[in-house]
Amino acid sequence: MKIVVLVKEVPDTWGERLLDLETGLADRVSSERVIDEIVERGLEFAISFAEQNDGTEVIALSMASEEATGTLRKALAMGADRGVLIVDEALHGADITLTAQVLAAALEHIGFDLIVSGDQSTDGAGGVVPSAVAELLDIPQLPRLATVDLNEKEVTGAHVTDRITLSLSAPLPAMMSVSERFAEPRFPNFKGIMAAKKKPFEVLGIAELGKDISVLDRPRSIMTEIAGKPPRESGVKVIADENSGRDLAEFLKKNQLI
Amino acid sequence: MTNNILVLLDVSADGSLAPSSHELLGAAESLGTPVALLVGYSEHRNALAQAAADAGATKVLLADGDDGAYVVPVVDALAAAFELTKPDAVLAAHSDLSKEAVARLAVRVGCAVNVDAVNVTRDSEGVVAHHSAYGGAYTVASSATFGAPVITVRQGSIEARAGKQPLASEALTVASSNRKSATISSVTIADAPTTSRPELRGAKKVVSGGRGLGSAEKFELVEELADALGAAVGASRAAVDAGFVPQSFQVGQTGVQVSPNLYIALGISGAIQHKAGMQTSQTIIAINKDETAPIFEIADYGIVGDVFIVVPQLIAALKR
Repeated sequence: MKIVVLVKEVPDTWGERLLDLETGLADRVSSERVIDEIVERGLEFAISFAEQNDGTEVIALSMASEEATGTLRKALAMGADRGVLIVDEALHGADITLTAQVLAAALEHIGFDLIVSGDQSTDGAGGVVPSAVAELLDIPQLPRLATVDLNEKEVTGAHVTDRITLSLSAPLPAMMSVSERFAEPRFPNFKGIMAAKKKPFEVLGIAELGKDISVLDRPRSIMTEIAGKPPRESGVKVIADENSGRDLAEFLKKNQLI
Repeated sequence: MTNNILVLLDVSADGSLAPSSHELLGAAESLGTPVALLVGYSEHRNALAQAAADAGATKVLLADGDDGAYVVPVVDALAAAFELTKPDAVLAAHSDLSKEAVARLAVRVGCAVNVDAVNVTRDSEGVVAHHSAYGGAYTVASSATFGAPVITVRQGSIEARAGKQPLASEALTVASSNRKSATISSVTIADAPTTSRPELRGAKKVVSGGRGLGSAEKFELVEELADALGAAVGASRAAVDAGFVPQSFQVGQTGVQVSPNLYIALGISGAIQHKAGMQTSQTIIAINKDETAPIFEIADYGIVGDVFIVVPQLIAALKR
């Protein structure tokens, strides 16, 4: 079985994240770039399935800048068999539909039985690229799974939202995304990190995907304005005493917050 | 230009019109003529159509759903409605099902997608979506290079409401695309929460607890204050990771993002991860033992002290 995991590189959510006010794009220099943690859960699922099922190949696919080689290598260190990185000048600042078209073309180029993604990224938080890819590839999608069962023929899982749980199933080839309720990912060990250096790693441009994708032939979303908000300023800070609760209640009343 | 704004409406688990409908129709009215689309829920159809008209839909298109197929029937209905109404924009809630449905519509019919908007406006070039990026640290506007944009709207972000309209509903004929979808083999709906506590997403008041609460039992203090204020309950990631509350309570970059009028942070240090989920709140109150906690940097009113002493005082004062 061939499992392709969609890997997204994001700025680390534990650090300060900046946007470039000239271009509107993420400032890659000032923020540390990491694999999105939800993707790591997806990788964990694919890799543990491969460990228990001989003949399973796990491919980590990413569309990013050349510098993302480092983060994609981490996917290989966790246990993915090979990496494919799509890099192309024309994709700088790509929107949702262009990203989906390129990923769909790359997936057709690589071939797959199952595509695994995170449910939504921590930076854009859109959570719609996988659905758009599934639509373009005309394959069933099982999004936001909390649990999953996979065999050679079929994938089934529990799709959990606030109050509703759906049992979903689909024959392969199919696409699934994992939610934060999914199992914790492993950390790459030293052996994995060393092995990753020898694993196949391809960097491809749009032209090599065998599809004619133009940025201009379809409507795209463009950023027209960007502004940084002034940092929030702190107000009063008091040391607690026996009147603190009463004073706070007064403050809330005075500001019509209760 | 038809001036139509096609609005995909969500339905709550209990079969009533989802709260997001009011803001979507309010936003649509500020852009043009709101035409609503309801897919499925045939047993509630009349009540839903009436509720949609009351919330400002000038026309309500009713499409049959398919309870056994995931999302594709909704996309097929959207495509039919798009063809019929030739809208200037498509609006939907940034909810799990709707955002997927409209993203699929966008690639199917060839539209640009703008997600998680907190406001929409119109200029001479067309409809513009406004976003709040990286937890409110940036504001960004986006629009389509050409054609009608598909826009998902963050729930609870739009104040505008549309005036009541007379009910005009119409059955929508939908041709199946025969696209492959996942099969829904069962649906389980959890009981509605027994408390009258508001839902975290879109709440006007939120009380959140952090690791400073110490344990799941002691986290009850957060709930007590929330109930005294009629607020929703949230938590920091640290509290969730420590197992005090389920992950659905998590406020932050990897949880729910809230923007209430009042946010009270109890025993929360204020890591960037957490701030990204709440720093657009109107008024922030922080109570924490550690006077160097970063949460105080963004708090309008900070109390350096023990939550187990200050909060009971506050609850007593509120009850007086």
